[in-house]
Amino acid sequence: MTLIATAQSMTFDAPLVLQSGASVRGYSLAYETYGTLNADRSNAVLICHALNASHHVAGVYEGQPKSEGWWDNMIGPGKPVDTDRFFVIGINNLGSCFGSTGPMHVSPDTGRVYGADFPVVTVEDWVNAQARLLDGLGIGQLAAVMGGSLGGMQALSWTLQHPDRVRHAVVVASAPNLTAENIAFNEVARRAIVTDPDFHGGHFYAHGVVPKRGLRIARMIGHITYLSDDVMNEKFGRQLREAVLDSDSGYRYSTQEVEFQIESYLRYQGDKFAEYFDANTYLLITRALDYFDPARAHGGDLTAALARAACKFLLVSFTTDWRFSPARSREIVKALVANRREVSYAEIDAPHGHDAFLLDDPRYLDAVRAYFANIPTGALA
Amino acid sequence: MSDVQILQSVARLVPEGARVLDLGCGDGELLALLQRERGCSGYGIEIDDTNVGACVRRGVNVIQLNLDEGLSMFGDQSFDVVLQIDTLQHLRNAETMLRETARVGRIGIVAFPNFAHWPNRLSILRGRMPVTRRLPYEWYDTPNIRVGTYADFAVLARKTGLRVLDAYGLQDGAEVRFMPNARAGTAVFKLQRGG
Repeated sequence: MTLIATAQSMTFDAPLVLQSGASVRGYSLAYETYGTLNADRSNAVLICHALNASHHVAGVYEGQPKSEGWWDNMIGPGKPVDTDRFFVIGINNLGSCFGSTGPMHVSPDTGRVYGADFPVVTVEDWVNAQARLLDGLGIGQLAAVMGGSLGGMQALSWTLQHPDRVRHAVVVASAPNLTAENIAFNEVARRAIVTDPDFHGGHFYAHGVVPKRGLRIARMIGHITYLSDDVMNEKFGRQLREAVLDSDSGYRYSTQEVEFQIESYLRYQGDKFAEYFDANTYLLITRALDYFDPARAHGGDLTAALARAACKFLLVSFTTDWRFSPARSREIVKALVANRREVSYAEIDAPHGHDAFLLDDPRYLDAVRAYFANIPTGALA
Repeated sequence: MSDVQILQSVARLVPEGARVLDLGCGDGELLALLQRERGCSGYGIEIDDTNVGACVRRGVNVIQLNLDEGLSMFGDQSFDVVLQIDTLQHLRNAETMLRETARVGRIGIVAFPNFAHWPNRLSILRGRMPVTRRLPYEWYDTPNIRVGTYADFAVLARKTGLRVLDAYGLQDGAEVRFMPNARAGTAVFKLQRGG
């Protein structure tokens, strides 16, 4: 049976004080829920999203059969996170561009569109905003919090910020912080956006333009880091576009034409992304990634940082993920073991790089399915 | 795979409530038994995807690692017991892992097929590698990359500076303490860091 998703929204009048000291008020969060909350409200699972995703986690919208949620292979009736047993919540983060309050909206303080003035939000701020939404839904404690990549950072942060509100955390293809190389990729993407003449210091909305060139390049760079060298070679190799192949040599001997398939693919991904993603949101989200570092307040000691976590954990990484490599997940596992926490860790030998966390690897899906099968849920209401 | 009798015998060596690290834990059967019947806690280490899935399904904590990469994830003496049950014969770095077992665990328990068990000796005398219930593989398709005997292991333990707290053979579910090197299909050693 097809799961029909319905986007909802919750508005918060009270100011949310952010890590930076700034605050936002009168903001809304877009969210969706799937399944039924049980009588004792103990079967809620929160899904945290990564850079380019939203509250639309599973199912399709009425009358739009191609509108599957971004984790529809993972979440739904009879799926690894089974919405016949769990009440699953997807939330779009503050500052994003898929329905929650973000830089493209009007600030109640100034009466003008936020633009570049939208306050910098961190993973911790997102978690606090998510906790408020759970309060609104009457959910005290989550059966599980789950996320991949940046979403995994939020899941991990939940266990530290609200240890009494989480029974299980599922952290996929994530890391305890970004490496210098990770930050470097983010910085290149941000420079591409900020130096686009259409960016106008982040206030491009008023000019009726979008810094698409910057967004395209940011997406192209990001996309390269989500794939593995192997999968890129297998998918594209040195193949040339058919339009090029009609010349005698196969090459056009041009420096600016799209000749290789990989060029064509990246440009397509960039164009698509620039049509719907907000430039200020891209800056905000990559910054949130850069700042996340729970060990920082403990002199870099991750074990000390994770001492606050009380829940059980499942971590998953993918061998060809070089953006968030297995070694980074092992750091988290090691710190949890040192704290004697309950943790299982699956390191999936998948060829797809970082993107593997969104794909259908049966070993990965089975591990998540088995883990959730052991999370008890009370009787449905 | 370890049979039930080996698991039950090993389980008796593990103190109640111990924190256990099971190296090469397979489908998690022993850890599940230790959790259920002896109130133990801890983790299994396993490389095989199917076994990792089986452990998660049983509710046993499992960490997917290649033991040939060592135990750097675990601190000195951070477990009451480290188990190597039918794992030794698959390890490339058996000696290093033995040291690591004694570093990470206050006690180590190692069990493996004893190649000097008399039916194996007879087979060799006949000029053929043994194929038995305990060593069910042909020489050309065995996953066991090394074979050793009860007596060999005692020498390795001494060389590695480990103190043998207890050692015996296991055959048909019974402990063999008289001439175990010849009379038992399985060798069991309980070890501690020396000094």
